[in-house]
Amino acid sequence: MNLKNVLQIFVLSYLTWLALNWSVHTDVLVTGAIISVLIAVLLCSQCSVLQEVRLTPKSFAYAFGFVGVFWIELFKSNFDVARRVLTPSLPINPGIVEVKTRLKSNIGKMLLANAITLTPGTLTVDILGDRMFIHWIDVSSTDINEATHAIVSKFEKYLEVMYG
Amino acid sequence: MEIRMLIGSIVTLIGAIFIFLGALGIVRMPDLYNRLQTGTKASTLGTILSIAGIGIINPEWAGKAFIIISFVMMTNPVSSHTLARGAHHIGIPLSDKTVIDKLQEAETEENKEDQI
Repeated sequence: MNLKNVLQIFVLSYLTWLALNWSVHTDVLVTGAIISVLIAVLLCSQCSVLQEVRLTPKSFAYAFGFVGVFWIELFKSNFDVARRVLTPSLPINPGIVEVKTRLKSNIGKMLLANAITLTPGTLTVDILGDRMFIHWIDVSSTDINEATHAIVSKFEKYLEVMYG
Repeated sequence: MEIRMLIGSIVTLIGAIFIFLGALGIVRMPDLYNRLQTGTKASTLGTILSIAGIGIINPEWAGKAFIIISFVMMTNPVSSHTLARGAHHIGIPLSDKTVIDKLQEAETEENKEDQI
């Protein structure tokens, strides 16, 4: 049993419980604490989902940066999609391109793939090792390096510090 | 109270507009992959804004709204990625407008290596 993992799962499920109940009565707090401990100890003594997260001040700062960039990109992507859908000629130029990622950890790759899926005109189709295959609604370059620069770089610099 | 109601309603309305655009995109796009593109992005932001609007109108629900938003943001891209991967794996064709398919090339290379 790994104490750090159990503690992380406990904190996460307790925060979820508090947000769901949105009150600070003693009975709510105690019930939540008991349930969170049970979940963390019984179900998650082997969980390693959060093991690769680095808990340093710098990684927290970069996490905020990542969330900020992510929200800006999410709004940009929606206006981009809206523009394409509403244009009568349907201006798309789709294709599947390959990009490389420098991230090593699984959770880092997962966050990167999710972020790519939610950003303008890109959808992660498959991952083989460090190669990611991205469906791009408007292919501007089929070269690996240029596609990597256009799609991956803006998130990778944050995730690299957070997870390595 | 009135102001909060107004802001919440506007946010929810914007979310509904994005969901509508996503639905329109699903009708207009030529193949599965492009449909997933419009479907994922528009529905994610649409759902987030609709739920956030409800959270603004009823602040005591803000925590629940936040939890729902986090789960939508975590699960929505995963499901579209899985659909796209499965579709490509069983060979659903891309539209005629497609310019390149690197994944097809990579899979062909792997098959060749396996045979050797």
